[in-house]
Amino acid sequence: MIAESYARAAPLRVVGGSTRIRSEAIAAAQTLTSRRLSGIVTYEPGALTLIARAGTPIEEIEATLAAEGQAFAFEPMDHRAVLGTKGAPTVGGMVSANISGPRRIHAGACRDHLLGVRFVDGRGRIIRNGGRVMKNVTGLDLGKLLCGSHGTLGVLTEVALKTLPAAESQQTLAFHGTSVKEATEIFAAALATPFEVSGAAFRSGTVWLRVEGLSPQVDYRRERLSALFRDREIDILGEPASRALWRGLRDLHHFAGSSVPLWRILVKPSEAPAVVARLHALGGDVSLDWGGGLIWFESNANGSAVRHAAGVGQAALLRRGTLPNSEGFPAEGASVARLSAALRRTFDPAGILNPGLMGK
Amino acid sequence: MSTIAMPEPDAGVLARAPQIIAALEAALPAGTVISSPEETRAYECDALTAYRCPPLAVVLPRTTEEVATAMRVCHELRVPVVPRGAGTSLAGGALPTADSVVIGTMRLREILEVDTANRFIRVQTGVTNLAVSAELEVEGFFYAPDPSSQLACTIAGNIAMNSGGAHCLKYGVTTNNLMGVRIVMATGDIVELGGPLLGVSGLDLVGLICGSEGQLAIVTEATLRIVPKPEGARPVLIGFDSAETAGECVGRIIRSGLLPVAIEYMDDVCLRAVEAFVKAGYPNCAAVLIVEVEGSEAEIDHQIERIRLIAEELNPVEFRASRTAEESLAIWKGRKSAFGAMGRLGDYLCLDGTVPVSKLPHTLKRIGELSKAYGLEVANVFHAGDGNMHPLILFNANAPGELERAEEFGADILRLCVDAGGCLTGEHGVGIEKRDLMTKQYTADDLAIQMEIKSVFDPAWLLNPAKVFPLEVSQPHRDAAARCP
Repeated sequence: MIAESYARAAPLRVVGGSTRIRSEAIAAAQTLTSRRLSGIVTYEPGALTLIARAGTPIEEIEATLAAEGQAFAFEPMDHRAVLGTKGAPTVGGMVSANISGPRRIHAGACRDHLLGVRFVDGRGRIIRNGGRVMKNVTGLDLGKLLCGSHGTLGVLTEVALKTLPAAESQQTLAFHGTSVKEATEIFAAALATPFEVSGAAFRSGTVWLRVEGLSPQVDYRRERLSALFRDREIDILGEPASRALWRGLRDLHHFAGSSVPLWRILVKPSEAPAVVARLHALGGDVSLDWGGGLIWFESNANGSAVRHAAGVGQAALLRRGTLPNSEGFPAEGASVARLSAALRRTFDPAGILNPGLMGK
Repeated sequence: MSTIAMPEPDAGVLARAPQIIAALEAALPAGTVISSPEETRAYECDALTAYRCPPLAVVLPRTTEEVATAMRVCHELRVPVVPRGAGTSLAGGALPTADSVVIGTMRLREILEVDTANRFIRVQTGVTNLAVSAELEVEGFFYAPDPSSQLACTIAGNIAMNSGGAHCLKYGVTTNNLMGVRIVMATGDIVELGGPLLGVSGLDLVGLICGSEGQLAIVTEATLRIVPKPEGARPVLIGFDSAETAGECVGRIIRSGLLPVAIEYMDDVCLRAVEAFVKAGYPNCAAVLIVEVEGSEAEIDHQIERIRLIAEELNPVEFRASRTAEESLAIWKGRKSAFGAMGRLGDYLCLDGTVPVSKLPHTLKRIGELSKAYGLEVANVFHAGDGNMHPLILFNANAPGELERAEEFGADILRLCVDAGGCLTGEHGVGIEKRDLMTKQYTADDLAIQMEIKSVFDPAWLLNPAKVFPLEVSQPHRDAAARCP
């Protein structure tokens, strides 16, 4: 199908489960979904490796991993609630968008757990890169390029990912009545400890720190962190409450059920207070994740105002609302944009894969 | 004596050598360009010492701008460039050709920014791996990738080869700890990619640069993720009377939900050599595992106890848990001196293939069979947790034909790794050493797109041009580049 589209230079809308990409914004007559390329190919818990076809629902994979006490450590977000989409998020869509959740701050992003890819490029060539092992420097790493390319470089057909033991236990420390500035101070202090804080988020005056691990480890880490912040009042959330809290923070339940534009802004954590102050001046609501390195901003402000407020941070539009599609991705510097455009032409010379989604 | 071919040097470039050296000297500060044969000889090889060739000249810049100047001159004069870190590559990644200019990063030595609040360090890439962690020591942080050459190897080389080390089971390899780079393109243009933010919205070009073996650009600055130092770490040593059981133990530990920072494996050949060399007091058995765990004293005890329960089901010959810093040193002593101990036995080739952890027992058995068939002894010492094997093939370089036989044996082992679902190289890189085996792992289309990407960054194919891609496969690209104006 891609080879044929290439021959006709006919644009294709490339999607997984259609829970993330605003596909109606892509000018294409035909849609190509990997949804039917479904199923786990190999899962070896003893090797921490999973290979799945791109259309495999993430829920199916997570259930399979959970049965062996394992998980994707990067905690992929489920966008359905916040985007009001239906369908099943797929592992291919997850890789295409480099989807990572709160644990990204400790365990790395989706791209850090991607071991190999199989994909079809814009000419219809079937290409394999990487493999199924954790250490591999055999040739150029195309998986990194594909991960986060939103279907613009190729259509993923199979992905290999690293799995990790799921934390046996977790607890959360909650600090109430904190300002954004205090929040970033708490984050910086907590993340400089060896207690492996695996979640560091803030919303409406509350800071949450998550500790995970083997059961005795979690008690120990909670005690040490509590001692570090002994002059603050701290509530402890035990197992079920902690799990539910982070599920909600991961999937942005606090911004669900709305169509107001929602921005995802990456900043240096120490700059978060200043950026948040500028965002508040535009009107809207914020929450922080990744120890202050990620700001979610729900607002009707226009794109240039938000980008101006973000400063050197990078603002991308997750929920478009009524804003034009061109607002989606932040502009890149001229040299980087030139390299990226040249790479896109290498993978997709006719410009048929999700044209215009990420840039020229 | 060598079996790996390099292209004939460009006679046109060789003829213009005096003008090329003069142009570099005119454009760069005094003392930056080295061209006398006595001095360039020091750069004739890296740690793959069987292959040597002095370059036309060596440039040792102190700033990104000087790297850019050198690159621009070489680009204008159509001279191939071989990037070099500390020259510790085991794959010939920094091997020059007679018509090339080596651009070394070893004088790019500045620590530019330490930012513990945002958890990164920014350095020039000639800084050594160990110096980065040393800089962070007082802050309670460290830089996680720790290749065994960390005392000497530079961050530039680590990025080029996506280096790992013993602790990557928990902390990942270079690509997982690299946030941004400043690169000099083949044309001399300077480009910034990534930075201290936790991701980019566009294409992940930092991820593409990492592990690209000097094929795309020279990296002059790097922003590295830093992590807090653990409270403590202690190893256990477990001896088994069969390689298979040791392999089984690795899988069971990983499945149990524990995440050790390191699982190291040594076989009987290696154990005997180490015992003779440093008397580490290792058990006399078929295989030894060293498993290290981190945390507080109580956390470490808890994890060691769980490892003991797993190991005892497999009837180990010995289970020795460290209780003190001295005991930890004693357990690590043999492993850390393994390569030195092997060196005493004669010459060796160090391989770097990776296999899925579940295929370790099968792969070890086949390596043993091949060892008998080739009549060359092999020792296995490697990072078992991630399946990254380092078989050491022992040979006598003075015996005619033995290097060639050892190389053939090595190639067979790497093919075995690929057939087992693994890859040719886990952390050393392809370089020249594994270049001609790339067609075993990749199809023509797989390699074509990689070479097309190289052409995007380096249209004239001047950067490390005879590496990574088999010469006959890259020939059309190199010919097309040569015809470009």
